[in-house]
Amino acid sequence: MHKRLPAAGAILACGAALLAYVGLAPSTSEVRLGRPAPPEVIRRIDITVAGDGSGLPPGAGSVAEGKAIFQQKCSACHGPAGSGGVADRLTGGIGTLATPKPIKTVASYWPYAPSLFDYIRRAMPLTAPQSLKDDEVYALIAYLLSVDGIVAADARLDARRLAQIRMPNRAGFVSLEDKDFDGNLDHP
Amino acid sequence: MLEDPDEPVAGGGLLHRRALLVGGAAAMGGLITGVRAVAGGRSPTSMLTPGAPLSPFGEGAPSAGGLQRIVPDLPFPGTGSSRTPLEALKGTITPNGLHFERHHNGVPAIDPATHALLIHGLVRQPLLFRYEDLLRYRRDTRILFIECSGNSGMIGAAQPVQASAGQLNGLLSCSEWSGVRLSTLLDEAGIAPGVRWIQAEGADAAGMTRSIPLSIAQDGAMIALFQNGRPIEPAQGFPMRLLLPGIEGNASVKWLRRLKLMAAPAFSREETSKYTDLRADGKAEMFSLRMGVKSIILAPSFGLDLRGAGYHEISGLAWSGRGRVRKVEVSADGGMSWAEAALESPVLPKALTRFRMRWRWSGAPATLMSRATDETGAVQPRREAWLAKIAGRQGYHGNAIQSWGVDPFGKISHVYA
Repeated sequence: MHKRLPAAGAILACGAALLAYVGLAPSTSEVRLGRPAPPEVIRRIDITVAGDGSGLPPGAGSVAEGKAIFQQKCSACHGPAGSGGVADRLTGGIGTLATPKPIKTVASYWPYAPSLFDYIRRAMPLTAPQSLKDDEVYALIAYLLSVDGIVAADARLDARRLAQIRMPNRAGFVSLEDKDFDGNLDHP
Repeated sequence: MLEDPDEPVAGGGLLHRRALLVGGAAAMGGLITGVRAVAGGRSPTSMLTPGAPLSPFGEGAPSAGGLQRIVPDLPFPGTGSSRTPLEALKGTITPNGLHFERHHNGVPAIDPATHALLIHGLVRQPLLFRYEDLLRYRRDTRILFIECSGNSGMIGAAQPVQASAGQLNGLLSCSEWSGVRLSTLLDEAGIAPGVRWIQAEGADAAGMTRSIPLSIAQDGAMIALFQNGRPIEPAQGFPMRLLLPGIEGNASVKWLRRLKLMAAPAFSREETSKYTDLRADGKAEMFSLRMGVKSIILAPSFGLDLRGAGYHEISGLAWSGRGRVRKVEVSADGGMSWAEAALESPVLPKALTRFRMRWRWSGAPATLMSRATDETGAVQPRREAWLAKIAGRQGYHGNAIQSWGVDPFGKISHVYA
């Protein structure tokens, strides 16, 4: 049987440049069945938008457009203006986090605005995920953030403007990276 | 430079055990169809419509016993959780059909023949792996618990909720998981310098995503394909799920379809607005991924009353996301005195461990508690300490000591002690 070792071939071909990569120790002699993923396939299925706004697509939407879409597609579950519905509360609650009754909403809790684009596009509305156009997602974010004055009532958001928004609770998070991602009280 | 991967160890083609099978022509032939499988629309249909709702039992449930998962009434029937009836089970392994569920938009139906896992981002060579490819890799098998970080959150309620051990703590299950070690696939794609995080994405209608630290991805993580000897249940991520030993369940992304290697976390909705631990001081801990040391008493427990004074056995489960359980102590007097329980073998790291304690009940009121210590020396905290840390009586990672009250009639109730 002929053993297929594309990675080994790549190492020999590219030489020292690849030594910077880890995990290519050739002595493992493992099965290697991964198939090269063409760039166009990756572009199509990579829908990640990161907190810094990387991955945001072209497009734009306004508060007014977003309000109309929200009333049509979102308010049945999230309530008028994003509160009072059966689904998660989205608006209000700013300043409540350190009180006995914290209210966690997009406005009061979320640290990054671009994460809204990532989530709404991939997961909302619950009955038809990924059905919203990119312009509609920008518009919905503009409207939601306008309810609490995080953006102006006449705001229009695109990739650049969305990445520039500083959310009220941006500094409200503590990293546990230096504690090995272990926040439990039970440390010895 | 390369060792011979096909070193014979006997006649007839038997090879050294490190070279566990490889697909030559068959694998090359699959290249084209594997790419075609993901070359249609942006996302598969499983991501575009809600999946099936939560259910009382999966295909592997022991229906003759009448055991079911505990399914609540939900406004959105595929979004929520069902619980394992822990007090009804013996040993430490959860039958597949009784494994707890937590879905964020239903259970997708995924055809393994068209499903592929993409590994991309900061890699030497982005790769696609089909289900049938992964079946041919060397398989890792480990017994591991999965616990939702929201488990036992009800102990934050102002008054003790009168409910069974499973209702209180049943976002916890333990299985023998079998699959491909994640680091094997990462190495095949080639991890670029500067990679610190990996974003995992599921092919469900929530498009579930979590950012995983590289250190955790390289600490025994696997792509699980089998659960207690069978292909994993649809509700557990068929055809493949991520499995991160000792880490909060949500990060073990089900229906896994994409791993993106990155320098920083994506800061997605789940890891910022949901699975973060809001403290009483208003700050929230992010990436609180490790599950702490914990134990619960299952017998006796709410609904399993004592039938009179005399000899009884106190039994329960203990576990830790950091490794093995070192000891479990039991108290019958509300924490005034403690004694060490017997641990049933095997005591495995990041798996459920059964503990037992002989008890002669006098018939007087009693308060039963258990307190676990793990191999790092960490001890389960008191409820008051946990409450003092979390905000608004609601929180994740609720591993505080729990108590059952026994009245003179042997009736068990949930108490705070």
